[in-house]
Amino acid sequence: MATIELKNVRKRFGSHEVVHGIDLVITDREFMAFVGPSGSGKSTLLRMIAGLEEVSEGEVLIDGLPVQNVPPSKRGLAMVFQSYALYPHMTVAENMSFSLRLAGVPREERDQKVRSVARILEMEPLLDRKPRQLSGGQLQRVAIGRAMVRQPKAFLLDEPLSNLDAALQAQMRLELVRLHRELSTTMVYVTHDQLEAMTMADRIVVLNDGRVEQMGSPLELYKNPATLFVAGFIGTPKMNFLDVEVKSASAENLTLAFSNGASVSVLAPAQRLKAGERVKLGVRPEHVALEQDGELPGEIDVLEHLGPRAYLHARLADGTRLVAQAPGDTPVRGGDRVAFRIRPEAAHLFDGSGRALGRSGPGG
Amino acid sequence: MRNTWQARWGLTIAGWTVALLMFFPILWMFVTSFKTEITAVATPPALVFRPTLGNYAAVLERADYLAFAKNSLVVSLGSTLLALLLGVPAAYSMAFFPTRATRGILLWMLSTKMLPAVGVLVPIYLLWRDLGLLDTVFGLVLIDSISVLPIVVWMLFSFFREVPAVILEASRMDGATPTEELTHVLLPLSTPGIASTALLSIILCWNEAFWSLNLTTVKAATLTAFTASFASPEGLFWAKLSAASTLSIAPILIFGWISQRQMARGLSFGAVK
Repeated sequence: MATIELKNVRKRFGSHEVVHGIDLVITDREFMAFVGPSGSGKSTLLRMIAGLEEVSEGEVLIDGLPVQNVPPSKRGLAMVFQSYALYPHMTVAENMSFSLRLAGVPREERDQKVRSVARILEMEPLLDRKPRQLSGGQLQRVAIGRAMVRQPKAFLLDEPLSNLDAALQAQMRLELVRLHRELSTTMVYVTHDQLEAMTMADRIVVLNDGRVEQMGSPLELYKNPATLFVAGFIGTPKMNFLDVEVKSASAENLTLAFSNGASVSVLAPAQRLKAGERVKLGVRPEHVALEQDGELPGEIDVLEHLGPRAYLHARLADGTRLVAQAPGDTPVRGGDRVAFRIRPEAAHLFDGSGRALGRSGPGG
Repeated sequence: MRNTWQARWGLTIAGWTVALLMFFPILWMFVTSFKTEITAVATPPALVFRPTLGNYAAVLERADYLAFAKNSLVVSLGSTLLALLLGVPAAYSMAFFPTRATRGILLWMLSTKMLPAVGVLVPIYLLWRDLGLLDTVFGLVLIDSISVLPIVVWMLFSFFREVPAVILEASRMDGATPTEELTHVLLPLSTPGIASTALLSIILCWNEAFWSLNLTTVKAATLTAFTASFASPEGLFWAKLSAASTLSIAPILIFGWISQRQMARGLSFGAVK
């Protein structure tokens, strides 16, 4: 139960600044995900909240109190590390009760707390084992259990699932969501995997190169990406990007020309564009349809069958790659010459600097 | 098959040859200690002789072996303890909170071992004299711990570096103070390393002769001084010198024999990574 606030937080390693002034508020009981590619500063940000990394400039506040001078041990936060970081010389029970032992909690109370957490995580039979006798998934549970036992103000999770196999990852994602609901504690989750962020978080902060690109709920980010980076980062398969030129612009409509001469009409963005300007058109695979007289002819390169649906990876005439989502039984094969139509109402436009051009109409 | 069989025999023979070459002087000393002074210097060396315990009797009669042995024991253990007390925090901070100066400090510490001890004999002697530390066990503990400290810090540093920093961070998140982090996590995790550092330090301090010869006379003299005292005054008495040497090295030899597994394990720790 804690509100965590960052005010113009900067981090420099020597003269190299890796986090460039970040402001954000993580509200009480929120599941907040920091997502971004490696080197985006997301882990550094989390470690600054934890106190494992010094803040070069700015303020970190927990429940309104600045904590820059509070050591990690006194911040009341618990952390789950990517490599689990269990104490190899202690049993599972000792690992879990270590924080309570340091806090001077009597033995009986410790045992009782450890046992109740072990019951929740279904790992009672493991309590007497040493970490080296456990599998990756079990280690992960112990690491989470160790964080839970001390009933922290907030959980900080640093890529906790990235060492697990895909099936286990999917299972742990659900368990974490359930755990968050049951514990109703603030959780800050760092991941490079947008899927994890999308499926678990209440809100997501997309970080890129030490800056916040966008902050919002998973659906907000998916539907209204503020930048080209967010548009490309959130969603799998990635959003398609096509270079287009403004052919004509009116107050309501915008006619855009593709490199092959075909054109499409979309709702005009709030910002006025002039004929001849070049912009990027972004469209998600589910908004690209296979259609005989579509405006974008191309050749199927690879077909990805997922059962209920298929992804058609195609190459357009000018060499641009395009991914379209189609029903699973679509009768096409690699090498087929086809044509695609995009749903203009679902298109996103980005200017030369990569900022989204605000749409005047409802998003798709 | 044939090749590996031959290679194994070759290695075994080479190993035994080196071991015997290294052990031979000790063996010869041991054998000589049971000879009379005449047979001890006989050429060609007498391989068959009547063993006598006379040298041991003479040596023990002339000097209080147990007093010297006690000093050696106290000085080795005391210096090692002091060096560990100073070395553990130093190595901890250098291994987990390195700065730009860390490498330089480590090299500087090691460089003090390249300086011959005799180079600082006069200043140390004067300091010890003015501090009233000459011929005191504490004075010898102090100088011995200083002289093994660079090796102790280097060894501890490399053992600590093997411990993932994230485990210490986890303990910090669990509420551990730096002291608790050391005592509950780092030290238990690096016990094999600390043990072999201590063993090596004990052996080095036990065998240390220079300072004990120069800074002690009677009260704080160790077994190295005891051995040396048989070397000069009335000419060379090889048999008695051998007996004294055998008595001096016996405890540490037995100690080394018992702890060799631990030593080998510690010294090759991390080498296979």
